[in-house]
Amino acid sequence: MIELKQVSKRFEMQGKAIDALLPLDLDITSGQVFGLLGFSGAGKSTLLRLINRLEEPSGGSIRVDGQEVVGLPDAELRRMRQRIGMIFQQFNLLSHRSALHNVEFSLEVAGVPRAKQRPMAREALAAVGLADREDSFPAQLSGGQRQRVAIARALATSPTILLCDEATSALDPHTALSILRLLKQLNRERGMTIVIVTHDIKVATYLCEACIVLEKGRMVDNIDMANPRPASLLGKFFFETAKGWTDQTVLPQEDA
Amino acid sequence: MNALFGAFVEAGPDLWKATVETLIMVCATMASAIVLGTPLGVLLFVTGRDGLYPRPMLNRVVGYIVNVLRSFPFIILLVLLIPVSRVIVGTSIGPSAAAVALSFAVIPYFGRLVEQNLRDVPRGVIDMAQACGASAGKTIFTVLIGEAIPAIIGSFTVTATGFIAYSAVAGAVGAGGLGDLAIRYGYYRFNTPVMVWCVVIMFILVQGTQFLGAWAAHRLDKR
Repeated sequence: MIELKQVSKRFEMQGKAIDALLPLDLDITSGQVFGLLGFSGAGKSTLLRLINRLEEPSGGSIRVDGQEVVGLPDAELRRMRQRIGMIFQQFNLLSHRSALHNVEFSLEVAGVPRAKQRPMAREALAAVGLADREDSFPAQLSGGQRQRVAIARALATSPTILLCDEATSALDPHTALSILRLLKQLNRERGMTIVIVTHDIKVATYLCEACIVLEKGRMVDNIDMANPRPASLLGKFFFETAKGWTDQTVLPQEDA
Repeated sequence: MNALFGAFVEAGPDLWKATVETLIMVCATMASAIVLGTPLGVLLFVTGRDGLYPRPMLNRVVGYIVNVLRSFPFIILLVLLIPVSRVIVGTSIGPSAAAVALSFAVIPYFGRLVEQNLRDVPRGVIDMAQACGASAGKTIFTVLIGEAIPAIIGSFTVTATGFIAYSAVAGAVGAGGLGDLAIRYGYYRFNTPVMVWCVVIMFILVQGTQFLGAWAAHRLDKR
């Protein structure tokens, strides 16, 4: 369970305050796959990074499994982060480590005894279908394989929540789908809560049970994907484009 | 040609002694570059504006000290540090005294290079480490330094070759070494063959360092 209350984020840029995120409330229930949809700069990545406090919120409260994250002291914050996996658009693997050692990184951080690290890392790599590539370095792997290693790294410590920051945006469509299938499978088999940031409605329709639409730091839509009824222009635009692009597709920026 | 080889045989012991002195100076200097220059580079990066733990005041003060040290013409630094050498190594002449001055020059120089190497580590892997819940130490050693190692070795190689040449300047204050020999024999006494041999040996040292550095960086670079 992730509960955000009046969470906001304001940056100072050259003495000018910029609202990356206006105060918003959001509940993500356990086991749910939740999408944060919007264009670049809408604040969706900022919102995701607030959950494990990679960004410090400017105000509000963030509770993860009942525990308040805001103001958590450093040591406890680190322990909390070990229970929240995260994957990124650019995979962010350590280039000087093999696939297996990349997975072991999160286990080292979590203080798993050395003797247990190897078998646990192997198990995680097997779960993402890369058991045979454990000695490969990231440079020797394809984009999809790198993201699988990153997922294995996030998975190894058995987190209950997985945060995905544009996890498939750097991948070609069929690789993206294979990664999304893997995420869906992890959600089903392990009951893992998944929060995914995307600008691609196809990702949201395939994977998410619910999603919100963000526009310029404001939440403009909160959509149940089983019965989608977007209320905002931007929300409608997203669902419109799901059918494909046409000359008649209304661009929300032009509309506004 | 014969004169050249004759000079080599004749000056052999001197050349050998000078080579050893140069090696002592350069090795001691590069040891301080690693032991003190690397942590300085980490400090500069970590406390910097976009660093892991921004400490603007500390960063500025350390930055100023580094810049002041780097502004000194090396020959002035050599003279200024004579009393310091006497305290640290007990003498103000010879290779060990020169190594003190060379260290004062190399630490800020190498520190800046390491700082730049760390800056080139993609921000994303630092995010990754933080998201995993890594401590500051783990982030710095495994992620930052681990990812920057090939680049740091490159910086080390550039610094080492540069300071082989710098060590020759230290000859001017009686540090000994190949530069000293080249000046005293070759220049002051018009003994060109000895000067040529000094330069040849320096070339071999520089070339050897460059080769080893490139080889090590290549082996460790998995990108």
